[in-house]
Parts: sequence; C-alpha cells; structure tokens
Amino acid sequence: MAPQTETAVWNALTGVPDPEIPAVNIVEMGMVRGVSLDGDTVTVRFTPTFSGCPALQVIRDGIRDALSPLGFDSVEVETVISPPWSTDDITAPARTKLETYGVAPPSPAQEQTLFMALEPEAVRCPRCGSYDTRLTASFGSALCKRMHVCNACREPFEGMKSV
Amino acid sequence: MSELTPEHRAALIARLTALADDELLLSHRLAEWTGHAPILEEDIALANIAQDELGHAIGWLELRRTLDGSDPDALAYRRAPDEFTNAALTELPKGDWAFTMLRQYLYDAWEALWQDAAKASLYVPLAQVSALTLREERFHFQHTGLWVERLSLGTPESERRMRAALTALWPYALGLFWPLDGEADAIAAGLLPDPSGVKSRWLELVTGHLSRLGLTPPEEQPVARGAHTEHLAPLLEEFQRVARQHPEAVSW
Repeated sequence: MAPQTETAVWNALTGVPDPEIPAVNIVEMGMVRGVSLDGDTVTVRFTPTFSGCPALQVIRDGIRDALSPLGFDSVEVETVISPPWSTDDITAPARTKLETYGVAPPSPAQEQTLFMALEPEAVRCPRCGSYDTRLTASFGSALCKRMHVCNACREPFEGMKSV
Repeated sequence: MSELTPEHRAALIARLTALADDELLLSHRLAEWTGHAPILEEDIALANIAQDELGHAIGWLELRRTLDGSDPDALAYRRAPDEFTNAALTELPKGDWAFTMLRQYLYDAWEALWQDAAKASLYVPLAQVSALTLREERFHFQHTGLWVERLSLGTPESERRMRAALTALWPYALGLFWPLDGEADAIAAGLLPDPSGVKSRWLELVTGHLSRLGLTPPEEQPVARGAHTEHLAPLLEEFQRVARQHPEAVSW
C-alpha cells in the first residue's frame, strides 16, 4: 500500500466521534495532540477528557479502527495528560455543532482555583438562545455534562462542564 | 530530575497504593447508592462521582505500574483485606444520606488539598496526574459542600443526622492524614506532599465551614491508616467476586 501522509491520518481521525456526544469528533474536541508517522507505524498522541470517562477505551479502539484501513502495520495510541485537556481546546465549529445537537457549549474555563463560584457564568439555552437559565444538577448523563433548565422556553437541556 | 532512589521509589509506590485504595473503596460505597438515592439527580451525581474516583484510582495505579511494573487489576482484585492500605473512612458502610455526603465532603477536601500540594511535586508524573484529577475533584467538593450546608441548616431531623455523622466520621477522617512508613525522606525531597501540611489546610477549611453551620467536630484521636474494620472483608468479597471467579477474563 502506498505510504500515507499525515494529512490523511488527520482526515481519518475526524471520522472518530466522541461516543458520549457523537455530533462532534475527537479532533475538533481537542483530544488529539499530534500524530507522527514512522515507516509503517503511526502514533496518535491522545489526551483524555475526564480520567474516569468510560468512553476513553471506545475512543482508543475507534482511532485504531479509523487508521487501520490506511495500511499501517501498527497504530499506537499514546496517552498524553500534560497539559490536561481543557474545554477551551474545543474548536469554534465544534461548539456550534454541540449547540445544534442540544448541548450548551462550555463557558471559558476559569482559572483553576480549588473552589468554584456557586453561580458560574450564565449558560445560553441551546434551543431558544436565552441566557435566562439555571443549573438544576451539577452532574449529568456523562462525566463532562451538567443539567440546566431554560426559564424562557422551559426546556431542560444539558451543558458541558468547563474544565 | 535525577534517578529516584530505591527508598523514594518505595515511598511513592506506597503512597500511590494508599491513594488508589481509598478511591477504589469509596467508589464502591458510592456505587451502592445507584438506584437507591433519594432523588434521580443525586443518583446520577453519586454515580458520576464514583466514576471519577474510580478514574483517579486508575490514574494512581497506572502511575505505580510505571514504577514497579505492577498490574492495576491484580492490585485491585486480587489482594486480601490486610493488604489494603486505605483509611478505614472509605470502607465504612454507606450509612444514611447525611453520612454519605459528609464522608464524601471530608474526603473530597482531603483529596483536593493533597492533589493541590502534589501539583508541586518534583516527581513530574505525579504532579501531572494530580493536576488532571484536581479539576474533577473541585466539582465533587462543590456538590458535597452544598449538601453539608443543606442538611446542617435544613430540618431538625437533617441536622440531627449531620451531627451524628460528624461524631461517627471524625476520627476516621483524621486517619486520612496518617503518615506512611518511609515517606518522610520523599517528603523532604519534595517528591510527596507532607500530610501534616495538608491536614492544617484541611482543618482550617473544614472546621471553619462546619462551625459556620453550627457544627463542632468532636475531640478524637485519628484511626490509623491500614487499621481495618469488620466492614472491609465483605466489601472486597463483593467488589472482587467477578474478577476472582473469572481470572481468565480479559474484558468484562
């Protein structure tokens, strides 16, 4: 098989969805720190989002499945934890996709202090766009999400935590 | 940094194991609420927190693996009760809602402050894992702190339960700060946080918060880390059962 380019690898990786939020892929979520090609081996530098996220293994498998058809003998997924993944790494197009999908994108990550403000920055309702919303639960259906409700349109919605 | 001495390596391994043991057991106790919490949102919150703590246990055990090649699954699933070095705080039965929330609050404060100190460790991999896990711990502490306030200032019944939980938990919570054998040199070398320094910050934070809620911790001596209650063996029996029954299994 013809040697693959780095661009081809990146393109293939954009086909790997975030299993918790399949509307976005791992590249635009900022989970891929880099790729390197060495002969028939490709190494993907992958950064986990939340340390206990059960999707991590699924994503690692997804990376291998996406890159195997490119003809590499070996697909290595290297875990990189420093600097830690931040929701600020999510690209602008991915933020729009999140909102369209019904998940409020994260506010800019605050300085990482030990204690958080109890009334964080207002979260915009992904359905009607109102900022008149409130947090209803600090935890949601996945480690990365919290629950909100919109006072304007009355719809509950999920929002991504800022880290 | 220069190569770790055998003593420093041993101290790091011991501390990482103690941290992981706390996380594993507490995660299991939290998971016991799944399907049983008083409201759905709290069921979900505790499942999330349990999952985070399990993730932290994996982080500490993976770091240990880089030091001695040990298998995280073997450590979690194939050690006997007397080999666990958790603080007994984390093995106590889940109790009522006040007990669960107060235990988690006291533990989260310790974990967050220890990790905050460990971010400055000269052993860079430890500083890196701590920076990662601390971000998650902040959400726990916010959540449990609010519950401690709600219950303390709620009804006479919720306040009574909080007082009972505080009396029961306090000596066990103090046991979190118990120094590990052989750790002093690694602390002096800047590789590990000093538990007594973490304890000072913890006491200031926790007793300050509790006193504003009208609660005063009892005068008690700490329960030594590694001193276990009768509750650990049954917990491990359940926690390790599937892994022990299917030792050949590679995935669940």
